[in-house]
Amino acid sequence: MTIQELWDSGIFKQVNEGEDMEREITKPFCCDLLSIAMSKAPAGCAWVTVMGNMNTLAVAALADAACVIMAENAHLDQTAMNKARVQGITVLETELPIFDAALKIFRLLPEGGEKGL
Amino acid sequence: MEDAIRLTYAISPDDFTRAGEASSDVKKKLKQMGVSPEAVRKVSIAMYEGEINMVIHAKGGEIRVEITPEKILMVLDDVGPGIPDVELAMKAGYSTAPDEVRSLGFGAGMGLPNMKKYTDSMEVETKLGVGTKITMVVDI
Repeated sequence: MTIQELWDSGIFKQVNEGEDMEREITKPFCCDLLSIAMSKAPAGCAWVTVMGNMNTLAVAALADAACVIMAENAHLDQTAMNKARVQGITVLETELPIFDAALKIFRLLPEGGEKGL
Repeated sequence: MEDAIRLTYAISPDDFTRAGEASSDVKKKLKQMGVSPEAVRKVSIAMYEGEINMVIHAKGGEIRVEITPEKILMVLDDVGPGIPDVELAMKAGYSTAPDEVRSLGFGAGMGLPNMKKYTDSMEVETKLGVGTKITMVVDI
């Protein structure tokens, strides 16, 4: 599934459309501690978090995440929003808890479909 | 070494709004040069961790980056308190970061271990009350 397909899926609220919308999403990744996300976020992941400060965007860009999903109705603050625009990072939002949001993404991936989850 | 590209960045202390700008700039330049995504990711993560450490712990400093066809060299040179016990600081989970830094999602004691994990070589030179110099290399 590409970022564009997730963007268009209607599952999440659209916040910021990034630059590389045709990029494939590798897997969902859940973490709110930026130190750990920096080390463990897989390249191309859809990162689900409630941490909405600008460092989240810096970590997303540098760890090479495909997109960021703000869960639990968390929002990016204004500085972070500007950073998302400047860096061209796709950001979505949802009222769902982190696990539920990640599960929805997983079910859209080939891996999730094969296992019938 | 005549093919080397050299970049220098001044790092401001306590400025979390700008932390990551130097690393982002290097990432952008490496991508433009066509360096492999894996090497770009390694440099980005290692340098960002170092940059954040300089913002949290040091009174500012400088990052010098040298890019050659074979490798990317990063030298992070700060004026700071120095690291009393480097071996301890290299342990995952050990942290001296203040609460305000932790509230931003940092300070889990992963910085130095991550820098080691994502580089092909890393050397720490530190002197208490003077500063710390970290030299990292990522092979291309």
